[in-house]
Amino acid sequence: MSDKSERLAELRAKHGRPPAAPHEPKHDAPTAREAQPRFRGLESGHRACQGCGEALAARLVMECAGPDVMVANATGCLEVFTTAWPQSAWRVPWMHSLFENAPAIASGMEAAMKAKGKNTKVLAFGGDGATYDIGFQALSGMLERYHNILYVCYDNEAYMNTGIQRSSSTPHSATTTTSPAGKERMGKRHLKKDLLSIIAAHHIPYAAAASVAYPQDLQRKVRYAMGIEGPTFLVIHSPCPLGWKHDSAATIEVARRAVECGLFPLVELERGAVTNVMPIRDARPVTDYLELQGRFAHLFNGEDPRAQEERDHLQALADHNIQTFGLNGEGDDPLDTSGIAAVGRGGPVTGRG
Amino acid sequence: MRKALEGSQAIARAVALCRPDVVAAYPITPQTHIVENLSKLVAEGDLHTEFVSVESEFSAASVVLGAAAAGARAYTATASQGVLLMSEVLFNIAGLRVPLVMTVANRAVGAPLSIWNDQSDSMAVRDSGWIQIHAADNQEAVDATIQAFRIAETCEIPVMVCMDGFILTHTMEVIDMPDTDMIDGWLPPYEFSRNLDPAAPTSIGTLVTPDFFAEMRHSHHAAMMRALEVIEQTDADYADLTGRASGGLLTVEGDPDAKVGILAMGSTVGTLRTGMEHFSDEVGAARLIKLRTFRPFPSDALRDAVKGLDHLIVVDRAISPGLGGVVGTEVAAVLADVEGAPRIHNHALGLGGRDIPETIYRDLMQTVANPDAPAFSVFDVDLNKLQPEDR
Repeated sequence: MSDKSERLAELRAKHGRPPAAPHEPKHDAPTAREAQPRFRGLESGHRACQGCGEALAARLVMECAGPDVMVANATGCLEVFTTAWPQSAWRVPWMHSLFENAPAIASGMEAAMKAKGKNTKVLAFGGDGATYDIGFQALSGMLERYHNILYVCYDNEAYMNTGIQRSSSTPHSATTTTSPAGKERMGKRHLKKDLLSIIAAHHIPYAAAASVAYPQDLQRKVRYAMGIEGPTFLVIHSPCPLGWKHDSAATIEVARRAVECGLFPLVELERGAVTNVMPIRDARPVTDYLELQGRFAHLFNGEDPRAQEERDHLQALADHNIQTFGLNGEGDDPLDTSGIAAVGRGGPVTGRG
Repeated sequence: MRKALEGSQAIARAVALCRPDVVAAYPITPQTHIVENLSKLVAEGDLHTEFVSVESEFSAASVVLGAAAAGARAYTATASQGVLLMSEVLFNIAGLRVPLVMTVANRAVGAPLSIWNDQSDSMAVRDSGWIQIHAADNQEAVDATIQAFRIAETCEIPVMVCMDGFILTHTMEVIDMPDTDMIDGWLPPYEFSRNLDPAAPTSIGTLVTPDFFAEMRHSHHAAMMRALEVIEQTDADYADLTGRASGGLLTVEGDPDAKVGILAMGSTVGTLRTGMEHFSDEVGAARLIKLRTFRPFPSDALRDAVKGLDHLIVVDRAISPGLGGVVGTEVAAVLADVEGAPRIHNHALGLGGRDIPETIYRDLMQTVANPDAPAFSVFDVDLNKLQPEDR
């Protein structure tokens, strides 16, 4: 550190600039971020695409979940980009078995911990394909049997690992390789499955939605879930630049707009009842969210009369969410979509949990 | 202690002797009595285990996989459609080289729907990479179950103990059940070399590129071939403990000078044994080969067992439509390079619970005399039950 400040002083002198200001951070004292103990359960150096929302989400989850955990990971991007024998980016015990059985693998791990009298918390990870579709039955079984497991769904709204095919989480009218837009079709013809309501219907202690655009909120939810003995569920909206066709640098902005327009409401449910929501300070029109992504490009074809109809439909879905969950903020709420974003990482703790 | 027990009840008690940490299962006929009996042992406090009643066989296999990887001795049981539903997991368990024990209460696979016994379920997962041991009676099933834990944990290969559904699972038999102290001393506590432990994190089930895949398959195959010796040794050690061996890989009985041999797996062996007692005056005595270990396949032992035979009748309890019997085809392949190997007569019998009477011995022996008999047949078929074009 001291080498760094000496070098900095040298460079300043060389370029005729004044010496370091007294308020400049002292490099021998750790910054707030450095001082904050962070557990790196998922190391860098893996093979995720630039701007991958899922990689970011998984790192944020691992930071506050580890190190006394073990992970059951469903087949998908996360499994593939973090491994490839003989390398692994995981610093926790981690196991991948199949696409549709992560909740059951996790159930077995948890049963083993119980049998051995250990407290290691079991996490199960899956994408939306693994969670909403193929592993849905195993997930329901895991929740019903009340295993002490935190299940995290990294929701990027399509089968990205196999090359962007539609899942039951793909939003209405989005194009994928199996729901392309054309003369007869305007992308996916069905609604995004309301998974959280189905999860909540299991009356588990805690189920919540989070977004990579709001890391403090995401981590507060992970910590809260980690403190619960029993099944908990977190779905994290994780943009996929490749699949959603947006700039890799825009991942956070895209995720934020999904929340701000009401299409991805950040809600928390305990024992099946909504107990908390992140209010939206100024709701954006859904077009602000859609226009950033190539998967909705066909909705902006001015000559196509169907485009307006689909945009209206998506706006109606967002409005419905805002109304159902009471998402309209009252302004100046430090925990609403604008307030919470003003708090930088390493800043004061604002969690409610 | 000798006691009259139903097959399923005996299996449950044998499993309990091995002190599994986790048991997961889903009900299916004719396996149900095994898990019911295990549940009862748990409810009465006679078995301390995490019993996970799952929502499908797919999850049953997945739960025991997760548990075994996390350091717990684990057990499951299934049959028929259940075997097929969990087949993807079975390949996965074996490929990950995680030691587990599973009982298969052999039953036909639909369609047409049948709840009755044959061996098409375990044959369908022949290539999954599991060790497969077939029990000829309930005493053998009990002994194989206990041995299976030691074999699986020594080789880090899962073991499937197959017993004929209903014929064994639902039949009362006098069983000599080892006592707890004996097994506690014989079966060491479960330890998994790649145990999931936060103190020493490891990644299991990573993606494997073409650079390593073939090596891993080779390693699995080599481990299976080494398991042949482990299976024999374990049976011998068990015999030292209990005074009772099940015949490691295969056993040969009957007339050593016979020119005709019959090879069978599972409960058919007992039927053939009795049939031979009754009909050897009429059709002659045979050399009876009881194949106990089907995977790994005991090729060398088989070549020794058939020496001097002119004919070998191979009994199959499953069929690979479009080719023939599964065991018969494999036996033919193993004997293909043996000079003076017996002519193989392959018959699939007892399909979907069709009764196998003692007279089957006589009927099978009579086929040998017919030079025009096909190399493979589904035995005991009444063509009059079929439409003319299907005959």
